[in-house]
This record gives sequence, C-alpha cells and structure tokens, in this order.
Amino acid sequence: MPAVSETIDAVASVTQGTYKYGFETEIDMEFAPKGLNEDIVRFISAKKNEPAWLLEWRLKAFALWKTMEEPRWPAVSYPPIDYQDAYYYAAPKKKVGPKSLDEVDPELLRTYEKLGIPLKEQAILAGVEGAGEVPAEGGEARMPVAVDAVFDSVSVATSYKERLAKEGIIFCSISEAVQEHPELVRQYLGSVVPQGDNFFAALNSAVFTDGSFVYIPKGVRCPMELSTYFRINAKSTGQFERTLIIAEAGSHVSYLEGCTAPMRDENQLHAAVVELVAMDDATIKYSTVQNWYPGDAEGRGGIYNFVTKRGACRGARSKISWTQVETGSSITWKYPSCILQGDDSVGEFYSVAITNNRQQADTGTKMFHIGRNTRSTIISKGISAGHGQNTYRGLVKISPKASGARNFTQCDSLLIGDQCGAHTVPYIENRCMTAKVEHEATTSRIAEDQLFYCRQRGLSEEDAVGLIVNGFCREVLKELPMEFAVEAQKLLQISLEGSVG
Amino acid sequence: MLKIEGLTAEIDGKEILKGIDLEVPQGEVHAIMGPNGSGKSTLSYVLAGREGYEITGGTASFNGHDLLAMEPEERAATGLFLAFQYPVELPGVGNANFLRTALNAQRRSKGEPELDAMQFLKTARARMKELSMPEDMLKRGVNVGFSGGEKKRNEVLQMALLQPRVAILDETDSGLDIDALKIVADGVNAMRGPDFSAVVITHYQRLLDYIVPDRVHVLMGGRIVQTGGPELAKQLEASGYGSVQAA
Ligand SMILES: Nc1ncnc2c1ncn2[C@@H]1O[C@H](COP(=O)(O)OP(=O)(O)O)[C@@H](O)[C@H]1O
Ligand SMILES: [Mg+2]
Repeated sequence: MPAVSETIDAVASVTQGTYKYGFETEIDMEFAPKGLNEDIVRFISAKKNEPAWLLEWRLKAFALWKTMEEPRWPAVSYPPIDYQDAYYYAAPKKKVGPKSLDEVDPELLRTYEKLGIPLKEQAILAGVEGAGEVPAEGGEARMPVAVDAVFDSVSVATSYKERLAKEGIIFCSISEAVQEHPELVRQYLGSVVPQGDNFFAALNSAVFTDGSFVYIPKGVRCPMELSTYFRINAKSTGQFERTLIIAEAGSHVSYLEGCTAPMRDENQLHAAVVELVAMDDATIKYSTVQNWYPGDAEGRGGIYNFVTKRGACRGARSKISWTQVETGSSITWKYPSCILQGDDSVGEFYSVAITNNRQQADTGTKMFHIGRNTRSTIISKGISAGHGQNTYRGLVKISPKASGARNFTQCDSLLIGDQCGAHTVPYIENRCMTAKVEHEATTSRIAEDQLFYCRQRGLSEEDAVGLIVNGFCREVLKELPMEFAVEAQKLLQISLEGSVG
Repeated sequence: MLKIEGLTAEIDGKEILKGIDLEVPQGEVHAIMGPNGSGKSTLSYVLAGREGYEITGGTASFNGHDLLAMEPEERAATGLFLAFQYPVELPGVGNANFLRTALNAQRRSKGEPELDAMQFLKTARARMKELSMPEDMLKRGVNVGFSGGEKKRNEVLQMALLQPRVAILDETDSGLDIDALKIVADGVNAMRGPDFSAVVITHYQRLLDYIVPDRVHVLMGGRIVQTGGPELAKQLEASGYGSVQAA
C-alpha cells in the first residue's frame, strides 16, 4: 500500500524555498585545471591509468565534439554554457581501506546520513573492509539492494560484490571495469551510443570520469536490484557519468539510478550516457528517480541535465524497460530510447516528469522498430506547475522490415495553475504496412471538485494535490521497484510544494 | 449543535440562500426536503466550505465553532461530514489509500495515533461487510467506474470510518433501489446516538420511513418555509410542494 502518510511527513519537514538535500560536503579535491582541451582529456585518461585504445577513443570523441553544435531544437532556454569555465575532473582524496567507520571521513558519512542511507550500507559505501559480506543464512526478508555510489566522479565503493560474483555477475565502476574487464568494455562501449551521436554524448565520451558497469552472464537472473546513488559534489564540476549494462542471453537485471544534489549558486552541467545491451530473451529494467537541485523559485542555480540513454534489444524476445521519475534539475533534456532489433523484442518507456517554478523539461523516448513483431509501449505523465514548461517529445519509427510491429503511446498532461505549459510532440514514421501505431493524449487540470472532496475528508490542500498527482502517475509509479516507489511518491509531493493556494 | 442564523450566500452575484435559520441539536436527525434548485446542495457546500460561494450575511456554527471562519479540512476535523450528492472521482487513487489517508489526517488532528495498513484494513473490511460492499471496492480508484449506488455506499462507508459528529447527507438516497436504500439507512441509524447529529437532504419521503427524522424542514427559494415532525414528510408526499406557500 502506498505510504501516503509518509508523504505527508516528508512534506511537513520541508518548507518552501529550501531543498531537502541541499547541503555540500567539504572534502579535499584533486582538481584538473579548469577548461577543456586535448590535454585535459589526456589528464583524465592518465589519472585513471587507462589503456591506449581508450585514450584514442576519447580523443576521437573530443575531435568530433569540437565540430558539433549544441542542439537548439529542444523547447528549453538557458544562457550560453561556457565549456571552458568548468572543471572536468574531481575526486575525493584517496584513503585506502579504512578499518572501520571511525576511520572514514566524517563529512562523507554525514552526506550518507542526510541521504538516508542505513548505517550498514554506509560502511559498505565507504569501503570499510569486510562490511560487504552477507550473512550465510540469508536472514533478510526483503530483496537486498546493491549500491555503487558515485561520490563526485569516482565510485567510492561497491557493495555486495562477492555475492554477485558467485553468480558471475560483474557490478563495478566503469573505471574498474576498464582495468579488470577491458575486453568487455572495449567490445560494447559506444556500441549503442557512438561517440559522435550528439553534442552531449560526444562531450561525455571525451571526458567521462565514472559510472557503473554491469555484466549479467547467460541465463542468470540477478538476485538483487542494482542501485547507484549519484551525487554532484564539487563546485562547477560537470558530471559525465558513463553507464554500460550488458545482459547476455536469457538473463535478467533490474537497475536503479537515484540522485540528489547539494544546493549551489551556479548552474551545473550534467551530461551522462547510459548504454544497455540485451541479447536473446534477456530483460533489462532501468529505473530512475531524478531529484537534482531544480534551482530556486526564480530558477537560479539548478542543474542542467542533458542525458543520452539508449538501449539495444539485440536479441530475439529481449526486453528493455525504462521507468523514470523526473522531479529535479532546472533543465532536463532526455530521451531514453530502445532500438528493437531482435524479432519479438519489447521496448517500454514509463515516465513522470514534473516541472514547477521555472523548471523546463523536454523529455520523451524514441522507439526504433527494426525486427519483426517488435512491440513498444510509451506512457508519459507530464505535470506542470508554477511557470514550469513540460514537453513530451517522442519518436516511433517503424522500418519496412518490422512486419507486425506494434506501438501504443499515451501522453497525459496535468496542469496546476495557469502560468505553466504542457506540450506534446509525437513524431511517427511508419514505413511498414502491417504495423500498428496508436497514440492517445490528454490534458487536464486538477479539478476544484476533486480538491474540495479531499479537503472535506480532512486532507490539507497540499496533501490533496499530492494524492491526486500520485493517482495521475499511478500507471508509471507501479512500474517502479518497491524501494523506489515510496521515495518517488514523496518526491512528487515535495516537488509541488507551494504550487497551490 | 449545528446552528445557522440568517445565512445568505450568492454565487456569481446570484443570491441562492436567502436567510437560512436552522438548529440541529446533538443527538437529533433532521430532514431537509425541497424541490430541485431550491438551494439544498448550496447550503451543504456552504457549510462544508466549498470555494466559489460568497457568504453575504448570517452565521453558522457547530458546537460553538464558527464554521464560516474555517478551512474545509478544519471543518472536517471538528466532525463535519458531507456525503456528496455527486461523489467525485479520483482516477488512480486507490480507495483504501484515500480512506486511510483521510482517516489518519483526522486522527492526527485529534491527537489520536494513526492506523497502520493492517489496522485500517481490519476496520474497513468490517464496515464494508455491514454495507454489503464487495471488498474489491477498496482496490479500485476512488469512485472510478462505481455505479451510482456504489458511489453512495462509498460515501456512507467514509462516514462510518470517519465517525463524524454532524453529517450532512445530500440526496444519498437518489438512484438507490429499495435494498440499497435500506443498507444506507442502516448505516446512518447505526451512527445515531447522543453525540451524533445529521441533516438528511432528500426528495423522497420513502428514505424517511427508514431514517425516522426528529424534525422535517422544507427548503424553497433559498429559505426554510416550513418545519414539522415526521408527518410533514408524508403530507408533502401526498400533496406535493405546491401545497407549501413560499414565505
Ligand atoms: N455554479 C453555479 N453557478 C450559478 N448558479 C448555480 C451554481 N450552482 C447552483 N446554482 C443555482 O443555484 C440554485 C440552487 O442549486 P442547488 O443548491 O444545487 O439546488 P438543489 O440542491 O436544491 O437542487 C439553482 O438555481 C442553481 O441553478
Ligand atoms: Mg442538490
């Protein structure tokens, strides 16, 4: 049962204009000099002790990036970004193998605490020796969550590794994967999102600092949800995460990505790339709760989130499912996509995007139907409040060979107040006679009678809005793993603070 | 005691309530009857605090609390409940979730401990059984896809769970067959007691065979034009509102 009472508590603890996760950790950084040029790319690669092929790969990306222009087609506006006025590398000072939590930087622990990470997991995250071992008698009732924390640019620790290793699963930072499994990284890196795919992907390819790597061997069902907490933590440090997930034939994995960020004055650029590869009969479920600092009520200081996420259903009957709850960032530019190559493969996109105050979101998905009988489902729920601008932009492309392909798209927009905007831009390119494409779209407002009905039953106006919005998003929220569903509901309500009354 | 004196209200500049005087002492059930458009629902909305009405004069209080000065949720917290003539649909909001959220919001405001999911389900299931409601109505969206009768029973279920001290039932009997009518009446009668009062708005005297009111008022043209005992309802049924002279 959804924990709405928790939602109410969460809201009570947040006052308007303050961002719950707005804090900044003081940890010594090793900065690369400001700016972006070939030397910086070389510096990053050298810092990470990378093989020559990867440096070449980065340099090629950088060369491509220099020839490209920032996309102007999204329905978002922001002042020009000075790419030379940012740091491209920052890492917490190295401290190898603390023996206990007492030896861990207290600032780091405080950060975890504020994030609500349980003590046991804090130890694992901080890399305390022996903390990651799971008791032999699996006494846990719930499915455990393995966490790979990206604390600034370097993965601070990876947990549950041993248990996963038993199944042959690799779950580590991408830097570690480059060292330990170079052949896998080399084979798949850039195979779904090539270096020159788009401006931000090229930038990421040149300077990515860290991210997660997941490999699920043939026939293995990952015994736990894999999770990453992303945090942006150094002033003016762009974040360029790179995530690569490979699911071999018949395997199954559910991956959770969640983020909160400290409050700050300057806009922060974030340009991540996520690549997924699913072979025959494999399933990848990728869930995101994105809660980066959205800026203040005037839109100052929020995160720019320009992400490229794409999954390739290479195998027959493979399935890739994206679920996202986007409540944060001042600007979101993001289109998790599926390339449905394998016959009978399935792509899904479930999205909730909230824009409040001055937030802008241009988000949606692309479904490329290439194989026969490929199916895709798109459910998008956009909520606009304040002066928020929310655009759904989606492409369903069906190639002549994709006989029997099916797409169902549903885009619902909910408006709160009369200063906000919702826009739906669905592109359909169907070049196959036997394919079927369905599109439904609605725009509604929270009705006065719905609010009154709730308030007559004793709910405050904000709780009523939270309840109605959560109801509006139900089809998407039910796709989230339990661990995320509760947090997502809180976020929806927190994000709409002050939007009514 | 619910006490209304000289209450006048308008909507979009049009005067609907033209001076309502009404007293419902604790422990009593009063019926309000009247033709369509006479202002019955308007009165119930004004008492519950719906936006869009301008109160131009008069007072309304419950047990000494000035209702008109409070937000709708504060009125609910003092024990005022409105069973809507047209219950509102909340798509995607599970009925159980909604009921528990409402119940806990009210318990919090009274300083009582909140019910967890299990405690709530136990209570809710017991009440539903009394109202012959199938259990799957807890899982469905609030009033979404409910038949007219199911919606009305859902209102009575909410009343039974929230245990208000004064309930206004706005045509809760409309559209019910005789069996459903009896169930709804049982629900109301079960609440009767020294600390519960109710205002039952209805068109038809047949509901009043099952919920026997202490007093019957006739509302016409925004005023209470006649007041009597249960026999007044029977009289109206026989001769119609035409026999009542607008004051
Ligand atoms: N939103 C509104 N705007 C204008 N007039 C309204 C509105 N709602 C109700 N009315 C008018 O107020 C009068 C009383 O309506 P109502 O209280 O619903 O009557 P009843 O419940 O007795 O049938 C009617 O004449 C109706 O047309
Ligand atoms: Mg009415």
